[in-house]
Amino acid sequence: MGLSAAAPLWGPPGLLLAIALHPALSVPPRRDYCVLGAGPAGLQMAYFLQRAGRDYAVFERAPRPGSFFTRYPRHRKLISINKRYTGKANAEFNLRHDWNSLLSHDPRLLFRHYSRAYFPDARDMVRYLGDFADTLGLRVQYNTTIAHVTLDKDRQAWNGHYFILTDQKGQVHQCSVLLVATGLSVPNQVDFPGSEYAEGYESVSVDPEDFVGQNVLILGRGNSAFETAENILGVTNFIHMLSRSRVRLSWATHYVGDLRAINNGLLDTYQLKSLDGLLESDLMDLAILKDSKGKFHVTPKFFLEEASTNQSADSITLPQDDNDNFAMRVPYDRVIRCLGWNFDFSIFNKSLRLNSGNAFGKKYPLIRASYESKGSRGLFILGTASHSVDYRKSAGGFIHGFRYTVRAVHRLLEHRHHSVTWPATKLPITQLTSSIVRRVNEASGLYQMFGVLADVILLKENSTAFEYLEEFPIQMLAQLETLTGRKAKHGLFVINMEYGRNFSGPDKDVFFDDRSVGHTEDAWQSNFLHPVIYYYRYLPTEQEVRFRPAHWPLPRPTAIHHIVEDFLTDWTAPIGHILPLRRFLENCLDTDLRSFYAESCFLFTLTCQKLPPFCQQGYLRMQGLVSTESLRQHRVESRLLQDYAPTGRRLEDSSQQLGDQEPLGSPLAPGPLAQSVDSNKEEL
Amino acid sequence: MFSGFNVFRVGISFVIMCIFYMPTVNSLPELSPQKYFSTLQPGKASLAYFCQADSPRTSVFLEELNEAVRPLQDYGISVAKVNCVKEEISRYCGKEKDLMKAYLFKGNILLREFPTDTLFDVNAIVAHVLFALLFNEVKYITNLEDLQNIENALKGKANIIFSYVRAIGIPEHRAVMEAAFVYGTTYQFVLTTEIALLESIGSEDVEYAHLYFFHCKLVLDLTQQCRRTLMEQPLTTLNIHLFIKTMKASLLTEVAEDPQQVSTVHLQLGLPLVFIVSQQATYEADRRTAEWVAWRLLGKAGVLLLLRDSLEVNIPQDANVVFKRAEEGVPVEFLVLHDVDLIISHVENNMHIEEIQEDEDNDMEGPDIDVQDDEVAETVFRDRKRKLPLELTVELTEETFNATVMASDSIVLFYAGWQAVSMAFLQSYIDVAVKLKGTSTMLLTRINCADWSDVCTKQNVTEFPIVKMYKKGENPVSYAGMLGTEDLLKFIQLNRISYPVNIISIQEAEEYLSGELYKDLISYSSVSVLGLFSPTMKTAKEDFSEAGNYLKGYVITGIYSEEDVLLLSTKYAASLPALLLARHTEGKIESVPLASTHAQDIVQIITDALLEMFPEITVENLPSYFRLQKPLLILFSDGTVNPQYKKAILTLVKQKYLDSFTPCWLNLKNTPVGRGILRAYFDPLPPLPLLVLVNLHSGGQVFAFPSDQAIIEENLVLWLKKLEAGLENHITILPAQEWKPPLPAYDFLSMIDAATSHRGTRKVPKCMKETDVQENDKEQHEDKSAVRKEPIETLRIKHWNRKSDGITLEEDSE
Repeated sequence: MGLSAAAPLWGPPGLLLAIALHPALSVPPRRDYCVLGAGPAGLQMAYFLQRAGRDYAVFERAPRPGSFFTRYPRHRKLISINKRYTGKANAEFNLRHDWNSLLSHDPRLLFRHYSRAYFPDARDMVRYLGDFADTLGLRVQYNTTIAHVTLDKDRQAWNGHYFILTDQKGQVHQCSVLLVATGLSVPNQVDFPGSEYAEGYESVSVDPEDFVGQNVLILGRGNSAFETAENILGVTNFIHMLSRSRVRLSWATHYVGDLRAINNGLLDTYQLKSLDGLLESDLMDLAILKDSKGKFHVTPKFFLEEASTNQSADSITLPQDDNDNFAMRVPYDRVIRCLGWNFDFSIFNKSLRLNSGNAFGKKYPLIRASYESKGSRGLFILGTASHSVDYRKSAGGFIHGFRYTVRAVHRLLEHRHHSVTWPATKLPITQLTSSIVRRVNEASGLYQMFGVLADVILLKENSTAFEYLEEFPIQMLAQLETLTGRKAKHGLFVINMEYGRNFSGPDKDVFFDDRSVGHTEDAWQSNFLHPVIYYYRYLPTEQEVRFRPAHWPLPRPTAIHHIVEDFLTDWTAPIGHILPLRRFLENCLDTDLRSFYAESCFLFTLTCQKLPPFCQQGYLRMQGLVSTESLRQHRVESRLLQDYAPTGRRLEDSSQQLGDQEPLGSPLAPGPLAQSVDSNKEEL
Repeated sequence: MFSGFNVFRVGISFVIMCIFYMPTVNSLPELSPQKYFSTLQPGKASLAYFCQADSPRTSVFLEELNEAVRPLQDYGISVAKVNCVKEEISRYCGKEKDLMKAYLFKGNILLREFPTDTLFDVNAIVAHVLFALLFNEVKYITNLEDLQNIENALKGKANIIFSYVRAIGIPEHRAVMEAAFVYGTTYQFVLTTEIALLESIGSEDVEYAHLYFFHCKLVLDLTQQCRRTLMEQPLTTLNIHLFIKTMKASLLTEVAEDPQQVSTVHLQLGLPLVFIVSQQATYEADRRTAEWVAWRLLGKAGVLLLLRDSLEVNIPQDANVVFKRAEEGVPVEFLVLHDVDLIISHVENNMHIEEIQEDEDNDMEGPDIDVQDDEVAETVFRDRKRKLPLELTVELTEETFNATVMASDSIVLFYAGWQAVSMAFLQSYIDVAVKLKGTSTMLLTRINCADWSDVCTKQNVTEFPIVKMYKKGENPVSYAGMLGTEDLLKFIQLNRISYPVNIISIQEAEEYLSGELYKDLISYSSVSVLGLFSPTMKTAKEDFSEAGNYLKGYVITGIYSEEDVLLLSTKYAASLPALLLARHTEGKIESVPLASTHAQDIVQIITDALLEMFPEITVENLPSYFRLQKPLLILFSDGTVNPQYKKAILTLVKQKYLDSFTPCWLNLKNTPVGRGILRAYFDPLPPLPLLVLVNLHSGGQVFAFPSDQAIIEENLVLWLKKLEAGLENHITILPAQEWKPPLPAYDFLSMIDAATSHRGTRKVPKCMKETDVQENDKEQHEDKSAVRKEPIETLRIKHWNRKSDGITLEEDSE
């Protein structure tokens, strides 16, 4: 919008040359970080930069944040859920069901304080973003339209070049790192004969009165198309909806960008024979013709080519002339285009080599899994525009997803430019099971950005301790050491959340019998989102990540564990969830990760030369766990547990002396003692 | 698992080798005598049971004989039942029904006759028949002289397989005979049933069958004895076969290639490989060591000499032994073992793990990996329904946390509701609340980090459970003691006063030292520490204060530095600066000089001072004594220790006999788990009291003071001297095994692989037309019922990004 107006202001090329030749005369303001766009992603990045005390500026062309939401969605209803109640107090867990809030330390800046609606109004989002920027004092330069971005090579610069931003007033800004969070702002237009007759989603009337008694054709099958249809469903004669591919229901694909149930009224009426309908065809093969009454006819393009001179519907042959049951033989009063948006590439100079991807990613700039542009180092794409990384897979194109990927990008930058290693908690190995259980039960980033961000556990030498790193972009696993500044020399675990491998898809029946898996031994067949833990003895190489098996989010691990899916997404069942996890970890590390009471540790200390980690790291450091009387009772009653002595000595001797013998070979006999039986036999 | 498979494979080849030329008839043919004798072929053996035509058609013997048909056929021996009809009189047909016999022929020569009662079962039949046929291959002997004669005769010529079985005809005998059938021409088999003979060659456990391999072929000097290797596995055909295979393998092989790639017959037999790493400089010595190891490990592992100098792959510089497990795909281990015994024990320990795992795989009633084997998790789970008086502690939330810990001195327990250790400790915590109810100024609170994750993170709590004390004007202190009622209670009680206590008069100091001043606290701290400083010793005072503060909650500390401090220092003969240690239970006051020490050292001095000379060892205090890294000299006593013994040991302590030990005693009434310890040391258990020396830190040997001797100074001194001189034998060695995973985990990776490979064989077109999909849907519905039985999921086979191609201007539904 502002682009064409701003271009003349940018000035003659000679001026730029002058600036370049005499940098000393007028040094443009230099920033370490420049963020383009004060939408949710831009503000989220600004928040992290501000908290870290970095030098940054956000440039926003509108006078307030979130200008996209002042107009879109046209019908003002956001389809990101604002779930205010979960029955849980855990703030991190609750973010799993809050799709609108940005991340901050301030609990007042949660979206639930801004709307009571489950599907909130877009105006509340505008208000929220404004408050977010104001309350946190984020440094946003409003009314600043960056019209042109170019590169200036400089060896001194962090990335070997500065990004030169020129705004609509000709003001130049020099940036070491450029963070582009401009979203997708250009409506997608498909060029075909008659495309000019279509009204765009961005400008079509939202007043149902304007559609009374009309035949309407909608091009596109995304949420905006259905949202538009939903609005006028009750007043039109019928609505036909045309798009290249079949409808993708988000409940079947598990992708929130596909058609959401809240917008699917037209599917209902189509299948219940209420005149509305869906059709599949590539728009590029069609043409729209206008007849003398001003009505629109749809025809395959080749009909047009045969009669190339006169392009009026009245004069050329239409499909229905030969084929009298052709589906689209009725003329339409309106044609509405709802084909989504594209990234605005126009402001970026060629030298930045910011290109669009292919196939799916045409509307997105090409970036790495680290969100850095493939063309220029130091240029990162954030927010909706970064969705090429996980398009149709995870939530990276939406607030509830990119708030985490932005944080990941910030952590990468902190390490790259400020030597701040990726934050990690170092814990003794006895806490391994617990730390995983904790995260899979509360972490929202893992849950929202499943398959994209994963936790990484780096083992220390001899596996006595570990470092826990949260929400690392797993496609960058091979580069973990350079990106985080942490060492992965002694093996690692990756904790990812996954749907069943063959569960999701536009044509899948997601309600089939036996869809839920309850047995721990079948956990690997779990369908619903569940934690999966990968164990690697060595950090995978780039090759291994790139050429991983099809449909695997990660290279083939040394061992893998699935925590069985849970209806309540509560993975804390002692037998169903924690025990199999512990066994997996034990077998990966080749150690015994059970917990023991001080009394057992006492016994082991005096009867074995080695101790299990729990006794070594707890009891021997005078922090043993003392059992209470009632627990001691259970210990004896359970019989599974050793009362006093799990010795391998012959039973009759002990029972003569003491009345508390245990069955031999009890499953709870600690390894070494059970083995001592054999080692005695060994001695000849 | 892999080794198990290998064993199986070897077993099969063994059988195949024996039977490939045999006809396969299973049932026992019934023939007339004439007919029978016409079937006999020259050189072939045949077993025939002659019976009266009118005898019962079935009997126990006939059933067994029927079963023996198949195995005997495997050895080329035919079996028949011959019916003695009246028309054909044969001399083999006995006169009376119950005197019927079985006869073994070779060609038409009678080799032996067997009364049916010697052929009591199929094992006996096979054993006796082979024994008769292999008369030359298997020498039966009854005395040592015979054995020695055979041995001498074969020295430098052939090896001997000597076995002892309790009786002829038992399964072990059959196993030996079956092995002799295969190997009889290669080795001389020698068999005995005489226990005395077995004992005379030095065997133990003579009640079991034994099999030795005598390495006589190597012996050139006739005066030399043949080396013997005992087979340790039970005598079964398969085990003997495997054993002989390993004996046949070369003792020591030299290799110069990547250990990961090396394979020998041992690996195929499921045995590990041990590489002794050698370099040119030490080659001779290394080879001798390797040979020595090889002899010790014969039958347990393959031993190879790895020449480092001509090796292309890198192995760690300090590694001198490489261990390669028999399982495929397991990386080799590089070890540094400086003792031959360590190598042996490493191999043996690792073999055992394997065996145990095999047992688990095979044993259907073995431990179930879905059964809880964590005692804390199990007890907490069993106790989950019991209501705890949680109301005695204040439950904090995000909203109340800061206000509460700011408003009053508080103890906060950070826990996670789903974590077993947290919940076990919560019980002790509630017990503390019960004991303190209404008496303490300290507020007992708790916060569930499963709910209030952020609060815990902000308080720097990243693991559970954690106890912190929040006092006004002070930094929060993390509790670092035992997670139990008593120690936490002590911590809270001792924290009622601040440390170190500032003593302001001589009189107060005396009250402090006598325990009068904090009468109600000295039960929690058996020692009170008083630092004496002259008023000018500023840094020393600061250091001491730091130490006192560090130890707060664990021991009472006080400081006195008034002008008249000399009065105290003179009285207790301490030169300033100094520590006075008042031991309240013993009513003694000691002084310790404190010359230029740092806070850390002061802490160490005080902690050391808390240790007793001859303590009662308990679950709670063992770690403090264990830290000293000395062998424990423990007197196990059923009840309070006898004052006589105590006196004797204390005398030895004073005479410095026990400086290198930690003497202590254990009261089995207070510490019943001590019985478990005794059970691990003694078998059978002698009467109490028992004095034991446990070398926990080096070697793990356990020595017992002879229980027939009185525990008096003289005997003890003598015993200690013998110990020192290495003249005492240990009664046991504590196992040195690492703590391995108690049970295996689900191998989801293999399950996924199995499913994928299965799916790969089903050809699913990548792109399907609409009609195909519908058909496929039908198939899918039929498949669904089979899902649980067959884990291979074939339900969702369509590619979810499939694009429809071409123009189809038709409605979806058609």
